Amino acid sequence: MDLTLKIWRQKDAQSEGRFVTYQVTDISPDMSFLEMLDVLNEDLIRKGEDPVAFDHDCREGICGACGLYINGRAHGPLKGTTTCQLHMRHFRDGDTIVVEPWRAGPFPVIKDLVVDRSALDRILRAGGYISVNTGSAPEANSIPVPKEAADEAFDAATCIGCGACVAACKNASAMLFVAAKVSHLSLLPQGQVEKRQRVLRMVAQMDEEGFGNCTNTYACEAECPKEISVSHIARMNREYLAALLTSGK
Amino acid sequence: MNTIRALFTVSVGKKIVMGLTGLFLCLFLLVHLSGNLLLFKHDGGAAFNEYSAFMSTSWVIRIMEFVLLFGFAFHIVEGVVLTIQNRRARPHRYALNDASSNSDWTSRTMFVTGSIVFVFLVVHLNTFFVRHRFLHVQETMYDSVVHAFQRGWNGWYWAFYVVAMVLLAFHLHHGFQSAFQSLGLNHKRYTPLIKKLGLLFAIIVPAGFASMPIYFHFQQFVK
Repeated sequence: MDLTLKIWRQKDAQSEGRFVTYQVTDISPDMSFLEMLDVLNEDLIRKGEDPVAFDHDCREGICGACGLYINGRAHGPLKGTTTCQLHMRHFRDGDTIVVEPWRAGPFPVIKDLVVDRSALDRILRAGGYISVNTGSAPEANSIPVPKEAADEAFDAATCIGCGACVAACKNASAMLFVAAKVSHLSLLPQGQVEKRQRVLRMVAQMDEEGFGNCTNTYACEAECPKEISVSHIARMNREYLAALLTSGK
Repeated sequence: MNTIRALFTVSVGKKIVMGLTGLFLCLFLLVHLSGNLLLFKHDGGAAFNEYSAFMSTSWVIRIMEFVLLFGFAFHIVEGVVLTIQNRRARPHRYALNDASSNSDWTSRTMFVTGSIVFVFLVVHLNTFFVRHRFLHVQETMYDSVVHAFQRGWNGWYWAFYVVAMVLLAFHLHHGFQSAFQSLGLNHKRYTPLIKKLGLLFAIIVPAGFASMPIYFHFQQFVK
């Protein structure tokens, strides 16, 4: 396959960025999107040019490091797929592909296609945990968890924190990410103790980071590589209202 | 945090206010439409005039007018604030964004459809409410309706109403079901039902309102 790539190049957070057009040839349809970019980068290095910076780690769709805005879609055109699991057979020979970084105020560009997603980490630090004593794992049968709750919590826990929900949302809202964490912990017995303060703190941190407000377009659910449901956002809304009415301050 | 302040400053709180006021305004639309259906009674407007006299004198309705005013005010102000904040959350926009493949366009145009409905609201209040309540015009409400829809704005006033109702339909198509989600009411069994109900509401209520200008405008030609 021969392709034309229009890639966002930006030296650092302070510099102005711009699109640069590259040609790549002899791309195998079996390559992943990131492998195709590897081919481009090897070519650039050989020519003595600066390779395109992009985030990647496991390359098997489970770490959440990769994330590119490909032809106007977060993680490209496929549903429930990370950029590393998107293969070139889903494009056609001769295609022009536009590649941009996630765009959101709280996700400043570090270089080229790499953005700083530590805002999501700070939200987790605000309440995405349970305070338990360390030690050996407790006996599993001593804490009964209903099957439905376990399944629902697990669906929320599949969030890999890639930020596609923020990238795809027209408001750059992080509600699906935050809701997945709130929902995951509030469904399980271990999460009950800090349930109320968790939702208040995580939502407050989300607002402080400058993420937008949710307007229920559900673009997040459609673009989430783990297909996490917006029903978790509804649960967060319920939890928030309950916490607000009972926080006693 | 103070509960009331959180409802107006925190992202999730603002959603709750938008949802609550939105559903309240949906309820108002139903009441307003059912009363206005008296226009179709073939009695020269007697029933409709009696109804409009009741609406302007009853103290219950007077109190509800203020509740309604606050409902509109909060919904509109929050809507504008949310729109500004949401635009600021993405200072650098995408060069290429294929939003149509991940979301419904009515959900992305709430500010536009809402703004046009607001313009309609001002025009509508000015034509009927202000003239009767504050300027005390010497004609029945029924006659005002007939005149406005037959000859208002050189015969085009009715068309403005119809266009505004189409936009209201788009606004309600997203707004009705979205309000339930914002209030945390999402359930595997009931949410599909709420979405269907929302679609029905978004078609029937604006269509009901639009039928009035259409009926009175074209009635003058078939006599």
